[in-house]
Amino acid sequence: MSRVSRERRPTGTSVSASTRRRVGLVVLAVVPLAFLVLFFAWPVLAIIARGFGEGGVSDMLARAQTWQLVGFTLGQAAAATALAVLAGLPLAYVTARLAVPGRGLLRVLVTVPFVLPTVVVGLAFRALFGDGSLAAIVLANAFFNVAVVVRTVGGLWSHLDRRAEDAARALGASRWRAFTSVTLPALRPALGSAAAVVFLFCATSFGVVLVIGGARYRTLETEIYLRTVNLLDLPGAAALSLLQLAAVVAALAVGAAARRRREGALALRSSAETTRPPTGGDWVVLAAAGAVLVGLLVPLVAVVLRSLTTSSGFGLDGYRALTGGGEGGVLRISVVEAALNSVRAAADATVLAMVLGGLAAVVLARTRRAGATQLLDTLMMLPLGVSAVTVGFGYLVTLSALPSGLRDSPVLVPFVQALVITPLVIRIVLPVLRSVDDRLRQAAATLGAGPVRVWLAVDLPMSARSLVTAAGFGFVIALGEFGATSFLVRPETMTLPVAISRLISRPGELNAVAAYAACTMLLVVTALVVAVVERIRVRSDTVGEF
Amino acid sequence: MTLTVRGLTVRYGEVLAVRSVDLSVPDGGVLALLGPSGCGKSTLLRAVAGLEAVARGRVCWDGVDLAGTPVHRRAFGLVFQDGQLFPHRTVAGNVAFGLRMAGADRAVRDARVAELLELVGLAGYERRRVTQLSGGEQQRVALARALAPRPRLLLLDEPLSALDRELRDQLAVDLARVLTETGTTALVVTHDHDEAFTLADQVAVMSEGQIRQVDGPERVWRRPADERVARFLGCSRLVSATVRDGWAESVLGRVRVPGDVPDGAVRLGLRASAVRVTRADRGGGTDVEASGEVLRRVHQRDHVRLLVRVADVGEVQASTPFAGVPEVGERVRLTLDPDAVAVLAG
Repeated sequence: MSRVSRERRPTGTSVSASTRRRVGLVVLAVVPLAFLVLFFAWPVLAIIARGFGEGGVSDMLARAQTWQLVGFTLGQAAAATALAVLAGLPLAYVTARLAVPGRGLLRVLVTVPFVLPTVVVGLAFRALFGDGSLAAIVLANAFFNVAVVVRTVGGLWSHLDRRAEDAARALGASRWRAFTSVTLPALRPALGSAAAVVFLFCATSFGVVLVIGGARYRTLETEIYLRTVNLLDLPGAAALSLLQLAAVVAALAVGAAARRRREGALALRSSAETTRPPTGGDWVVLAAAGAVLVGLLVPLVAVVLRSLTTSSGFGLDGYRALTGGGEGGVLRISVVEAALNSVRAAADATVLAMVLGGLAAVVLARTRRAGATQLLDTLMMLPLGVSAVTVGFGYLVTLSALPSGLRDSPVLVPFVQALVITPLVIRIVLPVLRSVDDRLRQAAATLGAGPVRVWLAVDLPMSARSLVTAAGFGFVIALGEFGATSFLVRPETMTLPVAISRLISRPGELNAVAAYAACTMLLVVTALVVAVVERIRVRSDTVGEF
Repeated sequence: MTLTVRGLTVRYGEVLAVRSVDLSVPDGGVLALLGPSGCGKSTLLRAVAGLEAVARGRVCWDGVDLAGTPVHRRAFGLVFQDGQLFPHRTVAGNVAFGLRMAGADRAVRDARVAELLELVGLAGYERRRVTQLSGGEQQRVALARALAPRPRLLLLDEPLSALDRELRDQLAVDLARVLTETGTTALVVTHDHDEAFTLADQVAVMSEGQIRQVDGPERVWRRPADERVARFLGCSRLVSATVRDGWAESVLGRVRVPGDVPDGAVRLGLRASAVRVTRADRGGGTDVEASGEVLRRVHQRDHVRLLVRVADVGEVQASTPFAGVPEVGERVRLTLDPDAVAVLAG
């Protein structure tokens, strides 16, 4: 009944309550939207405006070099996406369908790369492949995003009713046929959604490409950065941002379409009902998953090993150097101070993102007009796809218009980080809020609970675990945010990822070891947070993306 | 202390789910809204609760229009088909919810929770998690939860439909007892006439968004207002008859009808239980009885249902005890059971 009544809203005229709730929702929506306009739309639009100026879009489009850049960007993103999907599928199957010991640990290990700071991932692959390797770029981007595939596809897979597959088997299909003809089509929305998101991340990947590719391999994203910082070619950078924006909007539209289909008529089951012990061909999949897992672990181990390797054998020199500002005074503050800056900024960003994302999720879950929901959803997702560099660059362009107090204030860093993680918060919390049966709220209302108390008594407790998940993931991603932050930090407020990139880009053996040591620290913190969040999630068995 | 609904219309886009419905439930009365799925009965109930927007008409309590009263201020309890218990609360936490919203203090809440769990047969269940309860237990908790704040009116939306048959029959009796004991005024939506007759003292039969008949259970069963109501209540075939002095004469023989049926033309609604068969080769019976040929037979829980072809009438459903069931193809004699025949205006 609730399903029916959600889709077919009564169109009566005499209800003031519905007017009141509409006004309430609009008021709630205003806060995140205002933030979005001020700290996202304005900077990005400023970039777009510049892109149409002289030496802008028309100039850049005429250059063969631009199209090479576009080609390379899309090509490496496509390759990395394909790789991530292929590597992610066996892991998704194992985590979703097989009752094997250590699935919780497996999920933690798979998730860690996704929330790792890009700089760490870049350095990890540099430690393995050396500088300037194309294979390293593709592998690193794929490495980063395997978790997206495992979580999005595995999330749906674990809730798919297994009996459809059983029916196919009973009708004479082999396991492989049953998979390709029944399960795979059912997974297609999740696969499409995951692939679109991964492609987006790979195409706008910044830290990884910058650290590994250096000057040799450039994507649109790193080119924007280099043009801004090194060449001071603002119109050119703006034009490239514009180009990238177009690609991003297209990819987001594909992803949104896939998500819509996902929320359609799939028979979902509790995941506890869908796992079975492995048999026969499952062992092959398990072996493949094991191989992927080793591939995911190697770069992490390499970072740790490299942090312990000094010119005179193994040692803790790198860790000792963390209390200093690097060899030759590369940094104005010590690495430890940078780490503290990071924690402070990330904590502020998390609080801000929880408020903004929470409000947006509530509005999205409760709005009954499909059109308004879609519009708001897409708007709130935009920062996820628009390159952090474009946003950071936009801040630089619009900063001059801000009052000087705000322009130089360190609050801008948490603001831009909040912008990056708010979409994530929404994607984690929204599916849970949407899965709450509306009749539970109605039951609470008939028992005397007003709208606010309904929310406190039903929505809040039922989404509590997803809120913790969102806060945990949001925090570690803010901690590792590099692209936009690197535009905004000043030497005294430098964050850890920025400090790491400065250290690695300067000569000196000690700087390199210190950078790896700092990476190890980030790695450990990230892994710990993910492990805690995973424990909470596993117990709750919620339906969510990521 | 009465619910009155006047000219109530609920619209989903172009579709009128509820069309200009009038009804009232007196203090302490239990009214069942009975009808096939999609007839608008649940929508009507939800509109009374304040959960659906009303396009036209009024829902009043004691003559006061509730249009401006939001759901949580109506003090109407609601029980859904599948409980909809709060999964993160214990049994006691669920039952006490309405009392907490009303600001009752802890001692009052605990006492009332214990009292209600006793009433629904779940004494001592306070600390259980609701996810560990069976469907029947969950429905009992849902009932206790709705009754705890002493609602002015209890709304039950298919309260037993999600349960197994055995459980349903038992819970229906328990539910009727609880409603009587507490003197609760209630509106219950159901598609099952047994359930409606067990629970309610008045039955409103709905179809296509309209109420076709409101009467006591027995009258609805025996004197359906029109063909649609008769068919919904199991009369698969209607035959014409003429009443004289309390007897109806039809091609299927003579049958006694209730005394208030006036002389003249009527239609008899035949449900399986109204048509009894005896084997044609056995003695007894009179020459005015009709006969037919058995086409099919289906064994049911406590009788055998037959499909019989009767000349001039067509196929008629009939029932017979297990002992001496006629074979398919056998000729049988038919008699009408006056307690199960429905009488409609001609």
